[in-house]
Amino acid sequence: MTSPLRRGAPAVLLCFVAMVAAVLAAPLIGSTPISFGRVFSRTIPFADNVDAQIFFIARLPRAVAAALVGGALAAAGVVFQGLLRNPLATPYTLGVSAGAALGAMIAITFGSALPMIGVAPASLAGAALAVGVVYMLARARHRGLSTTVLLLAGVTLNSFFSALILFVQYLAGPGDLFRALRWLMGDLDVASYEPIVAALPFVALAFAGFAWLARPLNLLSIGAEAAGARGVDVERAQRVAFFSASLATGAAVSVGGPIGFIGIIVPHLVRLVVGADHRLVLPASTFFGAAFLVGCDAVARIALAPLELPVGIVTAVIGGPFFLWMLLRRS
Amino acid sequence: MKVRTCITLIAVAVLAAAQNAKPSRIVSLVPAVTEMLYAIGAAGEVAGVSSYDSFPPEVASKPRVGALLDPDFERILSLKPDLVIVYSTQHDLIDRLERARVPMFVDEHAGLADITATIRRLGRRIRRAERADQVAASIERELADIRRRVAGRPRPKTALIFGREPGSLRSIYASAGVGFMHDMLEAAGGTDVFGDVMRQSLQATTEVLLARAPDVILEVHAAEGWTPERVASERDVWRGLPGVPAVKTGRVYLVADDRISVPGPRVADAVRVLARLLHPGAFDKGPGGTSTKPR
Repeated sequence: MTSPLRRGAPAVLLCFVAMVAAVLAAPLIGSTPISFGRVFSRTIPFADNVDAQIFFIARLPRAVAAALVGGALAAAGVVFQGLLRNPLATPYTLGVSAGAALGAMIAITFGSALPMIGVAPASLAGAALAVGVVYMLARARHRGLSTTVLLLAGVTLNSFFSALILFVQYLAGPGDLFRALRWLMGDLDVASYEPIVAALPFVALAFAGFAWLARPLNLLSIGAEAAGARGVDVERAQRVAFFSASLATGAAVSVGGPIGFIGIIVPHLVRLVVGADHRLVLPASTFFGAAFLVGCDAVARIALAPLELPVGIVTAVIGGPFFLWMLLRRS
Repeated sequence: MKVRTCITLIAVAVLAAAQNAKPSRIVSLVPAVTEMLYAIGAAGEVAGVSSYDSFPPEVASKPRVGALLDPDFERILSLKPDLVIVYSTQHDLIDRLERARVPMFVDEHAGLADITATIRRLGRRIRRAERADQVAASIERELADIRRRVAGRPRPKTALIFGREPGSLRSIYASAGVGFMHDMLEAAGGTDVFGDVMRQSLQATTEVLLARAPDVILEVHAAEGWTPERVASERDVWRGLPGVPAVKTGRVYLVADDRISVPGPRVADAVRVLARLLHPGAFDKGPGGTSTKPR
């Protein structure tokens, strides 16, 4: 173990503890007072135990979903920033979220005519479509992936899909339109473990990619030529980075909607503490991103109770000013 | 000098008369008011309707002129209307129609009581006051009959749900303490479980639903696309919240009926649909009948 790794390890551990603490603490708070004696009581059957249902149906899946989405988005942000060598890259830069949003908008708008298409599968399909298009464009005239073309294709696709989203929204009736707009603000009230279980294989696969990527990303973020000179299979590393980060983003968005700022704030904050080594930044961002989103969602649940504050608004209100402060502090 | 004054006066009188003449070409951007026009016998005068109009079926043959968010000004003018029915929130359209000197009827829709008030006001405006009064009075009689039937019965705490992600308990939207849906629920003999939230609607999270513990869940949708199988399978989705009394006692109802979402002349029928579900015993016999006791 090299010394910077050893120095960063406590920070990673701290982030991990923060994540576990957040997931355990979040179900304890909410808009309704519940008795924990009743929650864990063995004498009351679950069907009659409203306190236990609030804990296990309403709050715990929400906290777990927030951790999964927050961790996936933060890690995807790290990978995209390394791959594109651009500190302003987010999980949504390459059009994954716009594709996912288009899929979700179609499922919501035409949901009464096509009830068999779920919102989450449709958003995953939309994300896959966007990823496929961007990848083909970036590969079309280059050996390997051109990061410039990736960026341009992503930005173009983002605005093209945004236009299509507007078109689909224009076709929607008033009730569906409201649900569609609300989806774009992010919502983690998953109501069961099903959406989490459905997204888990995708996220696991993506994280397997991230684990392999940590070292190549360190070299890749210096530059493709430099990385190649040091023995990194650049093309392969870029491909793994692109697909695994897109997969994590698509899965996260299918669970919680396109929740903003996590994928850019968390990695930068973590880099301030642990430095630029991806072997530290990746796990620390994952854990801290998870803890951060669980916290934001707790605020969303409580702030306006019994009204729900969209979690994307909480992350933006906390994340925006925080990011500006960080920029000022650094310059 | 005198001649000019006379001419001006005559012109003003003619203009005023034109403004108040019985309209013969009416364009309606408000589906609920379109229904009112047909109900008070003005079908022949309807020259154009909004893109959301679907009732009565005769509207299918009328030209479409856009809707709340996207009124097509050119198309409206091309129909040469002498009365355009607009939402009070369509400020741009109202400004443009004013500049074009097209008379308007502004719909200010809020609660249940406003529906009959609007019918009467519309009737006076289009010179069909008598018929409008009859229609309004008959709606009020029916509502009074429903209120009488449910009076004195225990009012179940009800969540009136009008939106939900199909197949799951996500993105649930419920009527809250203000507006036409809330009024319908209260008239039907239910207590709005979100009645204290002074908004038209709210997103009902699973926690809020478990905590508020409604005795009845009434989920209402537009009729299109709701086969009996789909109604049954979507009702089953609520089993995901077994602690809610409505789920426990099987009092989750899913109604796919266009009448419930349109604040028009069919509103009494809509309230009756809700009241029958909330108080099945109240409608077994004639007026005021109470043959069976509710559970």
